[in-house]
Amino acid sequence: MISGRTLAQGAGCESKMSTDFFKAVAICHLSEKDFKSLGLSEGRNVLLKNEFGQVVLTAKKDAGLPDSMVFIPMGPWANVLVGTETGGCGTPHFKGLEVEVAATNSPVLNIRELFFGLGA
Amino acid sequence: MSEAIMIRDAVCSFCGCLCDDINVEVEDGKIQRVRHACRLGSSKIMGHARIQSPMIRKNGVLVAASFQEAYDKAAEILLAAAKPLLYGWASTSCEAAKKGILLAEEVGGVLDSTATVCHGPSVIGIEEKGLPGATLGQVKNRADTIVFWGCNPAEAHPRHSLRYSSNSCGKFTPEGREGRKIIVVDVRETKTSKNADKFIRICPGSDYEVISALRMLIAGKGESVPDEVGGVLKADLADIAATLKAAKFGAVFFGLGITHSRGRYKNIDNALSLVAELNSHSKFVIMPMRGHYNVGGIGQVLAWSSGYPMSVDFTRGGPYFNPGETSACDLLARRDVDAALIIAADAVSNFPRATAKALAGIPVIQIDPYENPTTLLSDVVIPSAIAGVEVEGTAYRMDGLALRLRKMVDCSLPSDEDILMGILESVHKQRQMTANEGA
Repeated sequence: MISGRTLAQGAGCESKMSTDFFKAVAICHLSEKDFKSLGLSEGRNVLLKNEFGQVVLTAKKDAGLPDSMVFIPMGPWANVLVGTETGGCGTPHFKGLEVEVAATNSPVLNIRELFFGLGA
Repeated sequence: MSEAIMIRDAVCSFCGCLCDDINVEVEDGKIQRVRHACRLGSSKIMGHARIQSPMIRKNGVLVAASFQEAYDKAAEILLAAAKPLLYGWASTSCEAAKKGILLAEEVGGVLDSTATVCHGPSVIGIEEKGLPGATLGQVKNRADTIVFWGCNPAEAHPRHSLRYSSNSCGKFTPEGREGRKIIVVDVRETKTSKNADKFIRICPGSDYEVISALRMLIAGKGESVPDEVGGVLKADLADIAATLKAAKFGAVFFGLGITHSRGRYKNIDNALSLVAELNSHSKFVIMPMRGHYNVGGIGQVLAWSSGYPMSVDFTRGGPYFNPGETSACDLLARRDVDAALIIAADAVSNFPRATAKALAGIPVIQIDPYENPTTLLSDVVIPSAIAGVEVEGTAYRMDGLALRLRKMVDCSLPSDEDILMGILESVHKQRQMTANEGA
């Protein structure tokens, strides 16, 4: 899994409680082959999990992605899957993380739901 | 109804490009139109929903308060803490950063910037090796070969290519894109790679190996390079090496693709060595693609004030810097700070989940124009005016050039600088009161 900037994520990053930001960031890009092999269709969700956490995102086909790689716009949904280890330089691994991906019928949590119980 | 005025050549305070050709139409004290800015800059200048009033959490709920009450509560939290973290600083002015450093020294805290989760590894790599740098103007006017490595300016710095790099026309580069060779190295196709003459797709986490292979080829030691490195054929790497050596003026721009991946600061260290060695054959420069508009500025202000560019611990009486120990994510993961002031940044969204959870367990002061997930767990929230839109200030472009941010419209909210001074004055006042009570 890699996370990174997108135009829509950047345009919404000072408006994080908005629906536009949710739509721009709570998504998971997959290669066309992976999208098909997981039996996904547009609008379906995927569950991503690893040792650090799990998160549900809306699946999106991305012709530019190689197989077995997912891309998530940087932000709070992607960071559920990021660990705290910084290798002595202060920066966690936001890219190059192993995740399991499966189709799911579970809903994508909105920004308030995502942080519910974390102090909110 | 007042007549519309046009503010010309203002600086956009969104990303590290700091585009200084923005025209803004203001009527009745409101921004009506923005010209020349990209989608990111327009979005910022046109504005979003704002926090309306200072707030203090009481019985679990944020309730409206006066600015003075918020300053006093913030000062109380910072004074009660043994080791507060003062984090953010990338989307505010250098003047605010200066006041923040004063506050960190005064309360004995750790001051860290968003670089720590961004180009922090670049900062460390540059400290190790030095930076063969240039201004963006030099790149625009002279570069005939440009490499974008692990960055996607088409989405993160949308006007970079047209104003400063691949597609810009300069004094000695009048043909613009046609006269330049563009190489993109990434793990995936991006909008930036679609503009490349040569796109090299590498395996995730193999930047260090690929850079090392290029260094071997450039040094004439190609016989030691295997047939494939990081998913790239040796023949393709040899082509790239030959292109780089043949450049009259080359520039490498790199992004979080290599700072956030395996190798982190060692990738940068290696890339800096590659560029240093290329200078035996040609003129070559390298530059990190800084994200937030003044993440370079906080590094500059911290460096001239304390000697260190980020993650500075002031709890020992003098500045102390040791990334991995004094950096925000590590401090929180170790539960080594007992209060936090988050300014011009959204730590809760941008930190790993477990790190954000640590913030929920300590008192948090937020200074920001906008509501975001950090607001949800803050104990004191202080809304501020936006530097570069509502107040003036100084910011550093990604190439280290200082530019003056202009005020476009009035705002009833105080600047970050004013807020920090308000908290600092309250710290002094509360300290004095405690001293008087003890006397």
